[in-house]
Amino acid sequence: MDKVLVKGNYAIAQAALNAGLECYFGYPITPQTEIGEYLSDEMYKRGLGYVCAESELAAINMVLGAASTGAKAMTTSSSCAVSLMQEALSYACSDEVPIVLVNVMRAGPGLGYIYPAQGDYNQAVKGGGNGDYKLIVLAPSTVQECIDYTYKAFYLAHKYRNPTMLLADGLLGQMMEPAVFGEYPYPEIDNSSWALTGAKGRDGRAIFSVATAEDTQNQHIYNLFAKFKTIEENETEWEEFNTEDADILLVAFGSMTRNIKAAMTELRKQGLKVGILRPVTLSPFPSKRIHELAAKVDNVIVVEMNMGQMVNDVKLAVEGQAKVDLVHRPVGQWLSVEEITQAVKNVLEKSYASV
Amino acid sequence: MQVFKIPESIKKGSKFTFCPGCDHGIIVRILAELIDELELKEKTICATSIGCSVFLYDFLNIDCIESPHGRAMAEATGVKRARPDKFVFTYQGDGDFASIGLAESMHGALRGEKITGICINNTTYGMTGGQMGPTTLLGQKTTTSPMGRFTGTYGYPIKVAEQIALCDGTAFSARVAVDTVAHINQAKKILKKAFEIQLKGLGYSFVEFLATCPTNWKMTPDEAHERVRNEMMNVYPLGVYKDITVEDK
Repeated sequence: MDKVLVKGNYAIAQAALNAGLECYFGYPITPQTEIGEYLSDEMYKRGLGYVCAESELAAINMVLGAASTGAKAMTTSSSCAVSLMQEALSYACSDEVPIVLVNVMRAGPGLGYIYPAQGDYNQAVKGGGNGDYKLIVLAPSTVQECIDYTYKAFYLAHKYRNPTMLLADGLLGQMMEPAVFGEYPYPEIDNSSWALTGAKGRDGRAIFSVATAEDTQNQHIYNLFAKFKTIEENETEWEEFNTEDADILLVAFGSMTRNIKAAMTELRKQGLKVGILRPVTLSPFPSKRIHELAAKVDNVIVVEMNMGQMVNDVKLAVEGQAKVDLVHRPVGQWLSVEEITQAVKNVLEKSYASV
Repeated sequence: MQVFKIPESIKKGSKFTFCPGCDHGIIVRILAELIDELELKEKTICATSIGCSVFLYDFLNIDCIESPHGRAMAEATGVKRARPDKFVFTYQGDGDFASIGLAESMHGALRGEKITGICINNTTYGMTGGQMGPTTLLGQKTTTSPMGRFTGTYGYPIKVAEQIALCDGTAFSARVAVDTVAHINQAKKILKKAFEIQLKGLGYSFVEFLATCPTNWKMTPDEAHERVRNEMMNVYPLGVYKDITVEDK
């Protein structure tokens, strides 16, 4: 398998093709536009479905339509435009339609700008639309992981019939790194029991979310959350470094993971016992493991590029067993190794640090 | 001799839940008869919509996807692009098609999606209790235009079949009514033509049905059909506004 130098956005696009993408619908927005550009050519050459949609509303609903037939379908977008897709995500969760959405985050709120940021954490993991539901959310930290977790997003979406989001950011989308594509490593999922294929040899089937009876609606939501419990048990994924002897646990996701790894190395050189837990699945969140580790450390320090979003989930997982602090900046230059190192030392001296 | 038969494509034992005098029931029956006659049941996927049309899949024994409000054309596009061999239609009210969903409706037509669009125009939002919609006639009183729709505040009604006919990707656009037996028979012929145009892959085909809403119009079924004839048809004339199979001759 050849190692190639590839930009994150192209890596996601090619990985989706390798995963068996049948339909792509998208609308341009920086910093993810290369995905739609790349696929316009590749999908056409392969005779697959591609539409330059009139809006993000249309794009995500086209994905919902295509995926309702069992097809592997995807759209990609960024932050403020992902906001436009929340209604359809809520429908797709309730409908149990396996759609794949990539959010290459930019800064916000509002139009914000194209600086890399991690401000969409809450929207992604808390359900940005109406009602009780959860997406599966995967957060890559390297271009290689953009490939690996694009593969996994298609697999999990179809295995659990649950919308799945790849939550990347502008840094990953625009950066080139060496990576290996390999082949799509997951089995194909049989969708014949639910997909809309035309009522041949059977009665018509409908995919819908409306429930006029209170009991039906209640039971449907309980069923969705029972499914999500299974997803949590089977699919929660995280990375850990040096947690065996750690007094201080750093927690970060996505691109921010890169610099906390370097900061950990630096702080260890300076004699501080620092370990790392990096959630890969933001939803389901590795709360259990964080809870276990919190019992063994004095400090948990969350490093993220927003005003403090994941830190709240970490606090819920820690349940007061250790002191939890936040090191952060809302947008702009990723927190550097030096800034993180200094901020950690400040935290240990004071109770709170904001870089 | 059997004089009445429920179409095969109507779900066994299903009872229409539409209000008395509402034209949805007639239109759903026409749809079901055509699905039977053209043997489309096994290849049909319908994108339903939000409003009184939402429960279509309770009545039709075909595959259906429920679309968020206004997005039926987007859902249908996704279905058709994923499965080009399927027969795909949308079933929407005028608010769904021409207000909240206007962008999707127009762009689907402009792309020439090989889909059939069906829009039920009853000049009001029926499900929510009779508010002003995009097709509400000038002077018409609704719960949100209590003094009657006047242009200074409310602007003008949209002529959907004419607008869709202007899109270059549209192969067929027509407006029909179901207020009389003659009109019902004509409507069925026209909808059949629209279906056949999709089956031939000629482009987007569209049929607007003028329909009653006796409950929200506060009329008897007869009065409501009188209104369709005397008021609606003046603003929304029946006819075929585009048919590329004729223009080509």
